[in-house]
Amino acid sequence: MSDYMDGNMLGGALGELFSMDVTSAALTCVSCGASWVIAQTRVYPHGPGMVARCPACDAVLVRLVRGPDRAWLDLRGVTCLQLAVPGQ
Amino acid sequence: MGIVSPGFSGRRRDSGEKLPPGQYLVTDFPVLSAGPTPRIDTGKWELSITTETGQVHRWDWAAFQALPAEEPTVDIHCVTKWSKLGTHWRAVSLDTLMADVETSAGFAVAHSYGGYTTNLPLADLMDGQAWVASGFGGEPLEAEHGGPARLLVPHLYFWKSAKWLQGITLSDHDEPGFWESLGYHNYGDPWREQRYWGD
Amino acid sequence: MARAAVLGRLTWRVATVAALRDETATARTIVLDVPGWPGHLAGQHVDVRLTAPDGYSTERSYSIASAPAEGQADPPAVQLTVQRLADGEVSPYLTQTLAVGYPLELRGPIGGWFVWNPDGPASARPVLLVAGGSGVVPLMAMIRERAAAGSHAPFKLIYSVRDPGALLYADELARREQAGDGLQVRYVYTRTAPPGSTEPTGRINAATLTAAGWPPDQSPAVFVCGPTGFVEAVADLLVRAGHGAGAIKTERFGPSGGKP
Repeated sequence: MSDYMDGNMLGGALGELFSMDVTSAALTCVSCGASWVIAQTRVYPHGPGMVARCPACDAVLVRLVRGPDRAWLDLRGVTCLQLAVPGQ
Repeated sequence: MGIVSPGFSGRRRDSGEKLPPGQYLVTDFPVLSAGPTPRIDTGKWELSITTETGQVHRWDWAAFQALPAEEPTVDIHCVTKWSKLGTHWRAVSLDTLMADVETSAGFAVAHSYGGYTTNLPLADLMDGQAWVASGFGGEPLEAEHGGPARLLVPHLYFWKSAKWLQGITLSDHDEPGFWESLGYHNYGDPWREQRYWGD
Repeated sequence: MARAAVLGRLTWRVATVAALRDETATARTIVLDVPGWPGHLAGQHVDVRLTAPDGYSTERSYSIASAPAEGQADPPAVQLTVQRLADGEVSPYLTQTLAVGYPLELRGPIGGWFVWNPDGPASARPVLLVAGGSGVVPLMAMIRERAAAGSHAPFKLIYSVRDPGALLYADELARREQAGDGLQVRYVYTRTAPPGSTEPTGRINAATLTAAGWPPDQSPAVFVCGPTGFVEAVADLLVRAGHGAGAIKTERFGPSGGKP
């Protein structure tokens, strides 16, 4: 079996960029149309960056690279991210 | 830098050798990946080099294994800061693979089974600087380390040494690969610590 | 303090080790004083960062073992239970080197999906917790939170370990179960059962879920935590037993049993 984790572990790195929880953000895979929340995605964290893949088709959904003073976030693998923003 | 954790030193060892800036020596061989490990049957494996004019040169496993091979011993440096010295490979030089390839292209993109890509100047693949490796440490290269065959370009950060190599495409223009398009340095010289854009 | 999702970007903060408690021969609970802790929900985790004098640093994720109520105390306290991995780089430090008074850098709380909230809209809904090894830690936070909040949501825990010596929180689980307020625990031993046990050893299977879980028509909220292989196998069994995939929340550890 492949060495993947789940999107819960993106929460820390993404938590530095977003002001609300991202693990429950909803998304749709551009390649196969399957819907997930970030926590359900297959995350390969052991790399120069973190890659979240679709559990249905393995396509890349989200990528994140963290440098000392910059972060790069690629969301091209999802149609969009839907985030729950607490009401005012 | 974070606060120092008293008594923590991690897995690394001190090295008497000089390492590129910011690197740490390891004795194991970390496995880094961006996706599931491809499992390629050598019966179906194929390596191709495609020129800028669309001409394709191919080798199946038997043809590849019949090529003259070398046994380079090289130091490798990963952008995640680990270095491994004196790694021993069985590999075919890119000079051998490119011997009959006619090209005036300046750039190359290495493609892996599974979709990974990385780009580098063609000049960095030539003149004894790069190989396609199918053996490591005297054994056939394991899938988790890129087998059946991977690119080996030790003078650049190891993300350029594409695992599960499927082909190399030559081009007149440069095309950033998987990590180069997301913040990692387009060239990646460890001795100039070229990790990220703008370094 | 409202048990709401925490707002604000996460940054690293320095906690201090207040106390240490051995749970088993190879696992230890670390009680941390965390000034300014914003509170957390049961099921959330923290990232821990260790830095060597030469600047080398590495991070790992650990589930919060304590109930949110402790994080609202004065001073706020957060507990982590860490399983030592033989070939680990961080867990040996946390379980053997770290001492009372030491600093520990952490970032959190993290995660809004794998959480159980006693005040949520479905707060009376039955809950099934399935733990593989140290995957019991975030589920223990839920069990502790249930008690602290006075919740009567019916909870069932199925806890799979290699052998009795690997059980975390054994005495506390027994005590809470004996309180008779709606927590039931079933232990599954994959290699060695306790002396005198009549149950066969082996992995969780469909019969385990039928005997020790909730039937699907009770619509339980299900939380599964453990190594990737364990989580996938259990989630598959649950779906085959008729539980909706949307009711099952999972959290995977690394294949070696600890978050890498």
